[in-house]
Amino acid sequence: MQFLYSGLTTGSIYTLVAIGFNIIYNTTGIINFAQGEFVMLGGMFIYTALHFLNFPIYISFIVALISAFILGMIAERIFFNSIKIKTEINLITITLALAIILRGASMIIWGRDSLKVDPYITEKTVAMPGGVLTTSSLLVIVVSIVVAIILSFFFKFTKYGKAFRACHNDPYAASNCGINVNKIKMLSFAIAATIGCIAGILITPITFVTYNDGIMTGLKGFSAAIFGGLGRFSGAIVGGYFLAIAESFFASILPSGYKDAFAFIILLIILFALPNGILGKKKAERV
Amino acid sequence: MKELNRKFFIFNIILIIVLGLTVKNDYYLSLITYIMINAVLASGLNILLGYAGIISLCQAAFFGIGAYLSGILTVHYSFSPLLTVLIGIVATFFVAFIIGYPALKLHGHYLAMATLGFGMIIYIFANELDMFTGGPSGLVGIPYFSIFGFEFDNEMKNFILFATIYLISLVFLELFDKSFISYDFRFIRESEHASSAFGINFKKEKVLLFAVIAAYSSMIGSFYAFYSQFISPSSIGINYSIEILAMAIIGGLGTTYGGIVGAVIISLIPEVFASFEDYEIIIYGGILAFCIIFFPYGIVGFFKRLKIAKN
Repeated sequence: MQFLYSGLTTGSIYTLVAIGFNIIYNTTGIINFAQGEFVMLGGMFIYTALHFLNFPIYISFIVALISAFILGMIAERIFFNSIKIKTEINLITITLALAIILRGASMIIWGRDSLKVDPYITEKTVAMPGGVLTTSSLLVIVVSIVVAIILSFFFKFTKYGKAFRACHNDPYAASNCGINVNKIKMLSFAIAATIGCIAGILITPITFVTYNDGIMTGLKGFSAAIFGGLGRFSGAIVGGYFLAIAESFFASILPSGYKDAFAFIILLIILFALPNGILGKKKAERV
Repeated sequence: MKELNRKFFIFNIILIIVLGLTVKNDYYLSLITYIMINAVLASGLNILLGYAGIISLCQAAFFGIGAYLSGILTVHYSFSPLLTVLIGIVATFFVAFIIGYPALKLHGHYLAMATLGFGMIIYIFANELDMFTGGPSGLVGIPYFSIFGFEFDNEMKNFILFATIYLISLVFLELFDKSFISYDFRFIRESEHASSAFGINFKKEKVLLFAVIAAYSSMIGSFYAFYSQFISPSSIGINYSIEILAMAIIGGLGTTYGGIVGAVIISLIPEVFASFEDYEIIIYGGILAFCIIFFPYGIVGFFKRLKIAKN
């Protein structure tokens, strides 16, 4: 049973990353390969605010989130808005370029070592049927579920949420209805960066953070998003938890080094067999 | 059929002969050899991406399969080098065929992610199968390439070997560019439905092209393993795949020489910025982003358009 509980913690993180992918995909149709880098940066920001600038804990959260929000906006303006020829290949490459730049910059700023942040709440273990869960893990699970629920309400029921979705369906019609498509696109990157930052803040006390963590986190978040069906929030939750629980189950029976390979094998199987994901209903990408 | 571009061939042959005769420094010779390796890999990706529109982020993995197969078979089982190159080519062809068959039904982002995932799997296996691959510290003691008792045991001999491979691939590149097959692929890139209506079996052609380019990358990987006598997971990782992609894009997709120009530029960056080692990765990213934003057709494509505009 213990693998189930450790799966829940990482699953929450995958879910948040997957939601980040979905937000950008739903408004712009882009897969942001740099999404994992925002998670890494979340950890870096909270480390800087807490241990370098010595801010109190709540201020640190706010500072980290605002920095991620602004960074997301800047990234969209510089990297995506300025592309003249928006072919798929160009969009993929520019997100890869963004990921490389963010990774390189954080290597220079924060160095190559793992950085550690103290737990935000006092560390205790909670006995669960068949295993234990730490309070830090519990915090991760609760916060990510709350974020997921708030976001899905935001996108489903509020006026702004509808504007976001309209942009993806038909940008021209959306702008005719008075939606500022340009601004919405920028906001979607900013919100996705903030969600990534939340994931980074949550996970840093548990796993620490290194400058090149982003690739793995990003790919696994994408696997989770694909698993549940790209663009669907409920899919992100299902995919995130399924992937993480399966992964920690396999880690308990196989040498742990293969754990990551397992996630990608799932990714390939899902892409080949069900490119819409298990909850997806949109038109398939395959021809 | 258009005429082959003889000027470029002659220019390349002369350049290589001149470099071979004048450059006596082993370090510079090895640099030129690496540029030629990168140029061949990037040209391969350029054919995939520029002509057929197949984005592949696992070229380094195919390169790695060849390199590791050659390394493992010669180090642990004392196979003859030439045989391992052939085994690598055949094995990679089949692996790429098996991966490509389902993967090439995907497009764009999905295909990019699938190939990225495959690249990661190969990278993880290279790290984890340390019984064979030596794990993260790499496989050492790979012999030099030898054929019929002749050993390529110094920089000069290897330079000649890679120059030969490079020039042969230039010929193939030109032949491909001017052949009807390349028009098929351009047609497939523009519209798969339309091309199939014209009787092109686009699925078969795409998978075959993918597997052929993979096998070609594997061959270069094998020769690279013999040349450097060492192979480690870090040289076959995602970063290298992205570097190859950057070369193809910066040079210019869908142009014959784009891969070569891109390879020269990207390979020289670490030399030019030797004192800013930490900034290297940012410089790659920056150049890539700059190129996509301001030169969306790459350098060769830019000059081509300039020429057309003048005429």
